[in-house]
Amino acid sequence: MNEIKTAQTAVAEKDYTTLNLGPTHPATHGIFQNIVKMDGEIIVDAVPTIGYIHRAFEKIAERRPYYQITPLTDRLNYCSSPINNMGWHMTVEKLAGIEVPKRVQYLRVVIMELARIADHIVCNSVIGVDTGALSGFLYVFQQREHIYEIYEEICGARLTTNVGRIGGLERDFSPKCIDKIEKFLENFPAVIKEFESLLMRNRIFMDRTIGVGAITAERALNYGFTGPNLRATGVDYDVRVMNPYSGYQDFDFVVPVGTSGDTYDRFMVRQQEMWESLSIIRQAMDKIIQMPEKVFHADVPEFYLPPKEEVYNNMEALIYHFKIVMGEVEIPKGEVYHSVEGGNGELGFYLVSDGGRTPYRLHFRRPCFIYYQAYTEMIKGAMLSDAILTLSSLNVIAGELDA
Amino acid sequence: MEDTLLHIVHDKLKSQFGEDIISAEQAYDFPVYTVSKKKIIEIISFLYNEEELGFQFLTTMCGLQFPENKGGEFCIMYQLHNMPKNWRIRLKVYTPANDMEYPTLTGIFSTANWMEREAFDFYGFIFKGHPNLIRILNMEDMTYHPMRKEYPLEDGTREDKNDTMFGR
Repeated sequence: MNEIKTAQTAVAEKDYTTLNLGPTHPATHGIFQNIVKMDGEIIVDAVPTIGYIHRAFEKIAERRPYYQITPLTDRLNYCSSPINNMGWHMTVEKLAGIEVPKRVQYLRVVIMELARIADHIVCNSVIGVDTGALSGFLYVFQQREHIYEIYEEICGARLTTNVGRIGGLERDFSPKCIDKIEKFLENFPAVIKEFESLLMRNRIFMDRTIGVGAITAERALNYGFTGPNLRATGVDYDVRVMNPYSGYQDFDFVVPVGTSGDTYDRFMVRQQEMWESLSIIRQAMDKIIQMPEKVFHADVPEFYLPPKEEVYNNMEALIYHFKIVMGEVEIPKGEVYHSVEGGNGELGFYLVSDGGRTPYRLHFRRPCFIYYQAYTEMIKGAMLSDAILTLSSLNVIAGELDA
Repeated sequence: MEDTLLHIVHDKLKSQFGEDIISAEQAYDFPVYTVSKKKIIEIISFLYNEEELGFQFLTTMCGLQFPENKGGEFCIMYQLHNMPKNWRIRLKVYTPANDMEYPTLTGIFSTANWMEREAFDFYGFIFKGHPNLIRILNMEDMTYHPMRKEYPLEDGTREDKNDTMFGR
């Protein structure tokens, strides 16, 4: 009698396992903690904890002159820092009413699209790694290295690039840099094709990703999804098309969308976006080469540092140099929001200026922070191994999540 | 087009809510409406459900603090987006420093959950009805709200740096 009773209670009160996924788990690719409640291998509930690399950028930004905030934006989504840098420069330019010449806009587009490719390479190859396919990762990471070499030619840095200035770029693309971009445009299609042939119609990969971590378009919109993760659900929202910035209206490209919003669709959308980015870079390079004069910054002496020899030999340049470095530049009062299409979605900068040398308030709209809260809903009822895949396909970058 | 958007939304809001719509202005490419706090949920659900407006996407929200603005020291900014029409607006809701309570938006937008937790963490806004209003980025045993202006970024006891020369 007694034995039967215990068996019944054991079924009624299920024995759940609590598992600590993270904070530093190799499969989470970043510092996130998820305390998951599991029934066997099925996830019943998950409690995400974030903030492990919170660095209070919004607070720090309230004490930094405008040009010193660029390095902070590097560290948001560090897989595509140039996009963040450009987004910040464009926000300040919008506030100050600076018109940037067409050639500078196209140079920026080239850098931003290279950054997007680098970002998507990381995400997609890591999905491959998490399904057990390491070699694709190795192939495309070589190309990521070439992109970083191009960054080096443009600005001297690789990961946290701090590229560009308010008003333009700090230097023009060198002939060597243009060579490297041309070489990249030449070599990359073959590599990406090889990568696609490894994964896209791979039975194991498809079985692991189709129908995994799916979210409907309604839920995704309600959760504030943007970028490839939203487009995978079938909503063709792209900031580059909706609110074009930096001359994106001059380029022909399509916005790839998925249908079911699962891991496979997210992978495919990112994969297609790489092809589109390549075509945008091609178009931009053709336009840049045709432009006769080599302008690489707007004529805004009160924001753009003068060349060093001018500072030594020209009184006016010396004054501007001093004012910029000391942060005594006059900036209008007002509030401005500018958003760019980052690697993960709409990266927005909400800037309130009181006319002082630093922002009065700066808020980053960080796509990762906003969509990561849907993660719990997406993995409920899934297997643990699928939760890992969902996390890597969402491309949650810890720096952007925690700011 | 932006200028007309300012008026379209303003007319609709004004006819529906009257004096709860305190002001409307154009800030660069955004129409900005200052609205009263007690009607904020009704206003946002009206903007969400109204057929022509349909602001069904919460782009972002964040806290703000203006210590000199007596009677409205704190503020929350909501940014709404109508994606099919590409209309974007910003709502601002001021509150005095002794009344930090706001109704929660989580009933309309799931995404408001973490955004409100962030605003609570940074400024100490209390969102009534929020399912899980705990700190999100800072550690839980922190006793203050670090984004408030009364906490200067640098150590106030330092004497080697003179703020009159070098900014805030």
